[in-house]
Amino acid sequence: MGFALCGIGFAHPGKTLFDGLDLDLPAGRFTGIVGPNGCGKTTLLDLICRHIKPHRGQIHYAGRPLGEYDKRALARQIALVPQDYGINFPFTVEEVVFMGRYPHTPRFGAPSAEDVDRVSRTMADCDVLAFKDRPITSLSGGERQRVIFARALAQDTPVLVLDEATANLDVCHTLTLLDRVAGLVQTERRTVIAVFQDLNLASAYSQEIVMVKAGRVVATGPTAEVFTPQNLKRVFDVQARVAVDDFTGRLQVRYKRF
Amino acid sequence: MVKSSSNKSLHRMQNRSLLLAGLLALVLMVVISLSAGMGYMKIAWVDVLRVVGGSLTGNEGIVADVDELTRVIVMEVRLPRILTAAAVGGGLALCGVVFQGILLNPLADPYTLGVSAGAAFGAALALLLNLTVVGIYSVPACAFVGATATLVLVVYLSSSAGGANANNLILSGIIVAAILSAGISFLKFVADEQVSVIIFWLMGSFASKTWIDVGLSSTFLLVGLLVFAFYARDLNLLCLGRRAAASLGVDDRRVPWILLVTASLVAAACVSVSGIIGFVGLLVPHMMRALVGPDNRRLLPLSLFSGAILLLCADTVTRAILPHEIPIGVLTALIGGPFFCYLFRKRQTGGRGF
Repeated sequence: MGFALCGIGFAHPGKTLFDGLDLDLPAGRFTGIVGPNGCGKTTLLDLICRHIKPHRGQIHYAGRPLGEYDKRALARQIALVPQDYGINFPFTVEEVVFMGRYPHTPRFGAPSAEDVDRVSRTMADCDVLAFKDRPITSLSGGERQRVIFARALAQDTPVLVLDEATANLDVCHTLTLLDRVAGLVQTERRTVIAVFQDLNLASAYSQEIVMVKAGRVVATGPTAEVFTPQNLKRVFDVQARVAVDDFTGRLQVRYKRF
Repeated sequence: MVKSSSNKSLHRMQNRSLLLAGLLALVLMVVISLSAGMGYMKIAWVDVLRVVGGSLTGNEGIVADVDELTRVIVMEVRLPRILTAAAVGGGLALCGVVFQGILLNPLADPYTLGVSAGAAFGAALALLLNLTVVGIYSVPACAFVGATATLVLVVYLSSSAGGANANNLILSGIIVAAILSAGISFLKFVADEQVSVIIFWLMGSFASKTWIDVGLSSTFLLVGLLVFAFYARDLNLLCLGRRAAASLGVDDRRVPWILLVTASLVAAACVSVSGIIGFVGLLVPHMMRALVGPDNRRLLPLSLFSGAILLLCADTVTRAILPHEIPIGVLTALIGGPFFCYLFRKRQTGGRGF
């Protein structure tokens, strides 16, 4: 159930972003995407979620062209935790999480017992049960982000796409949620594709890494092989040291400017 | 335990909304029959019911002792006006819900895309040139053409800038409306003694509406209602933003357009029939959202009923209670404006408000 991008061309008005991009995102793995600001990370996610169409090239998901999927069928395959979660309307937290079940319930149908059950469980997982009846407009940025995370988990899809999904969370909630999705990859062979700004979270959780710079894939492969001082220099223009940290037991990066 | 409490709170909200919808429908019925009895000539409530009942069933026996004048007043004068006011009020409130949702802007109203300015320009042109192509319906027809032409222009302007977003739409609507209102000013300037007719049309009125007006406005309302009901759940997702909606299975290229165009056409029909009536489409969705929350599956039916009740009550006040009939558009703005200020202030000072 992975993605295969082949010869992708895409341009924003006035700026060519991708020109002949080839990339494989394997199924059943936790893939981290890193790169400097404006390198095309979010656009890449938009392409694989089919929020935008490439101007050239083909994207295949699970062996079929992405364009052939029905919108609702695709929403049962891929869930997105977006970066922007500004909501102007006072939906309660529970209502927002229930929206994750819309792709699974018929248009005029009532939620099934399974829907109700899954919504409660994901609200507990994301630690939002305590304020489930409050309007989302009254929550803090981090609390809102957890609600949106819960909505994506409630969607119960084989693929989970995270666009800096933990950027506003405190350290404990960040670790809890990333452990949760990493666990889904381990136990249920789900696919996670996550854009990270924080290199240490990327190195700690990703099994595969894609390094992007100016719309080109600079390096891709298993995290330990890609997270090298040479690659970090090429992509981020920093001096870096990479080592397994004996306190966390995970691959950690330290960096400074040249 | 968690499961049952979750179920319960949702059920409570659904039951409350159902109850409220039933109550509002009942109130609407009562207001319709009461207001039909009010006016220059008072008619007993029972007589109103008998006249309507007689006409509906065709049973002359029920109305045998009601005089002909009463029958004509109820069936040919008051009811068409009352039903048109109710249909327009409901329509504007529905469109307000849809516009606010899609444009992600709680300040949007049915006229955000310039529909009212377009209708006003069309109507002013028809009044100025004394167009009588389709008899007394020339003015509403021109208003509708003006409104739809404006809609097409606004949509064209905003979508040519690489995929329309809410801000593009609002901005295009403002620009086109500004140009049109300059055009209206020009028409008024050259209109000479015709100018008062134009001004009166612009202020809105339900005076001398016929069954054809009832038919027109309620047909648009009904079609709109069906479309909105079908997409109510998608509208919920669109309220969260395009990207979120798309990732939850909404066809974000088609559905917003279908909803925007339908809502604009309903608003255009309302304006054409009644002139420009502000604040109903802005206020009613806010009031209902404060009562039952923002879920459009509950919000749409409740807004429909309360919009109808509100505008009908306002029209009855100006028709039957005030010593002189003042234009309905002026009345709704005079009452609605300060009330909106109150709601807005309440939100600023911390209440859930809207």
